[in-house]
Amino acid sequence: MDRRVVGVETEFGLAHRGGERRGLPPEETARYLFRPVLDWGRSSNVFIPNGSRLYLDVGSHPEYATAECDRLTDLIASDRAGELIMHDLALRAEQAMAADGYAGTLYLLKNNIDSQGNSYGSHENYLIPRTTHFRRLSTILLPFLVTRQLLAGAGRIVPAADGRGAHWAFSQRADHMWEGISSATTRARPIINTRDEPHADAGVHRRLHVIVGDSNMSETTQLLRFGSTDLVLRMIEAGVPLGDFELEDPIAAIRTISHDLTGTATVPTRDGRRVTAVDVQSALLDRSRRFVAEHGAHHEHVDAVLELWERTLQAVSSGDHTLIEADIDWAIKKRTVEDVAARGGLPLDAPRLTQVDMAYHDVHPERGLFRMLERRGRATRLVDDDAVRRATVDPPATTRASLRGRFLSTARAFGVEHQVDWVQHKLVERPLEALMLKDPLAVEEPRLESLLDKLGDRAAGLQELDIEQRAAQPGPLALSERYRVRDAPPSDPPLI
Amino acid sequence: MASHTQGGAERRPQDARQEEPGDGGPGAGDAGAAGGSAQARQQAEELDGLLDEIDSVLESNAEEFVRGFVQKGGQ
Repeated sequence: MDRRVVGVETEFGLAHRGGERRGLPPEETARYLFRPVLDWGRSSNVFIPNGSRLYLDVGSHPEYATAECDRLTDLIASDRAGELIMHDLALRAEQAMAADGYAGTLYLLKNNIDSQGNSYGSHENYLIPRTTHFRRLSTILLPFLVTRQLLAGAGRIVPAADGRGAHWAFSQRADHMWEGISSATTRARPIINTRDEPHADAGVHRRLHVIVGDSNMSETTQLLRFGSTDLVLRMIEAGVPLGDFELEDPIAAIRTISHDLTGTATVPTRDGRRVTAVDVQSALLDRSRRFVAEHGAHHEHVDAVLELWERTLQAVSSGDHTLIEADIDWAIKKRTVEDVAARGGLPLDAPRLTQVDMAYHDVHPERGLFRMLERRGRATRLVDDDAVRRATVDPPATTRASLRGRFLSTARAFGVEHQVDWVQHKLVERPLEALMLKDPLAVEEPRLESLLDKLGDRAAGLQELDIEQRAAQPGPLALSERYRVRDAPPSDPPLI
Repeated sequence: MASHTQGGAERRPQDARQEEPGDGGPGAGDAGAAGGSAQARQQAEELDGLLDEIDSVLESNAEEFVRGFVQKGGQ
């Protein structure tokens, strides 16, 4: 498929720091955080006007799932909008907590691990054709995903343990994966989760649910992460021979690879060879280049993906990490940690450096270290602030999310009870006319329009507000009302 | 905190301008070397500015911050 629907779900870590007193525990902090969400939608699990989903997940983690996107920059903007939305909620929660006598600072970290080794995820969803042979898919995709951390790892200072001193790892998540493929989520996390919820015509599509990824801060890292995965999927779907890198033990391999920043550690394949992560990635990059040369680029960022993919493998195999120090999360973070360490003469196990590791993922736009690096030109940008702010209120224009956004905002404007999810669009008072929209790429749906027309004269009755008018509303921007009901024109007195 | 951060970021270009060669700084006779050292000095100042800004936003007790960041496991 030329246009692939992709989405990403991010679980955020949160901490309330109380200054003199202890801060509130995560459960209570999360309740404060989601108070405006509850007020807005009477639930802590809602679809919001930009078509995305906002909810509290397992373990009191606030979670944001982007709307379905088919353009990489839309996906990056939507994911980043999630950070802004969380930040907005965090500022409001801080105020509400202070008003209740719990003054302090609320931290929301878009990372994947806490100081005790608890992990929370960044889950990718790719729509793939039902006809894709799943066994063949996993044979190729597992080695790709096991080694993809070289491209898209968020980087981590691993504390000293088991006789090995503190050291760098590519990935935050690698040590927390327990299976190659399964239906589990928290009990024994697999790299590929088989929960097949395509949110589309299940006869045609299935969902590929990848839960091995780290949460990324860097936009270029995101581009490479989603862009390379999409290319590998395209080759699998096209039936291109991709060599055999099936690993003897994917879980042992993912850890070995994560803890070796030289990229030279070898892992055994099923057929008895030993390969490095760079071997696997170089082979797939090479095939991707050939595939693109033969079939053409299917989107405008393909060349950038291939270039960054190659440069990143070069950086790992040469040990010259400066090649990617503004582009790939683990290298951007490592450079900064090393700068802080050099000034203070700090060893890698210094708490200050782990604090820097964590603060890199702080979603606060001024306090978060990644954002600070970006402002200072030490991290490459692909989407601008304005696009990200718009993505907090506007759904992606090229997918079903645009229909969902219009449906729920219109129903809200008319004050009508409604239910929406990824496919369902229902007005509670008209249950028989509920619509299941199964094409995630649909942007026009006459049945949806006629259903909304039954609520009233939209053209005459509703005024669409611009983003500044929405920002002026009292609640969080992402939950602002898109339409305002026009004041009714003065009508003639009724004839008696 | 926000205003401090933005102030720091805005100051940077001015600092950079003062470091241009030809301002009569030491070694102005050798344009190449002066350019090189001016550039190096500019980079050092930028790095100093960054590290100062990082210091200004991080809580002072790093160990307590790190230990205090405990979550329940997610998915």
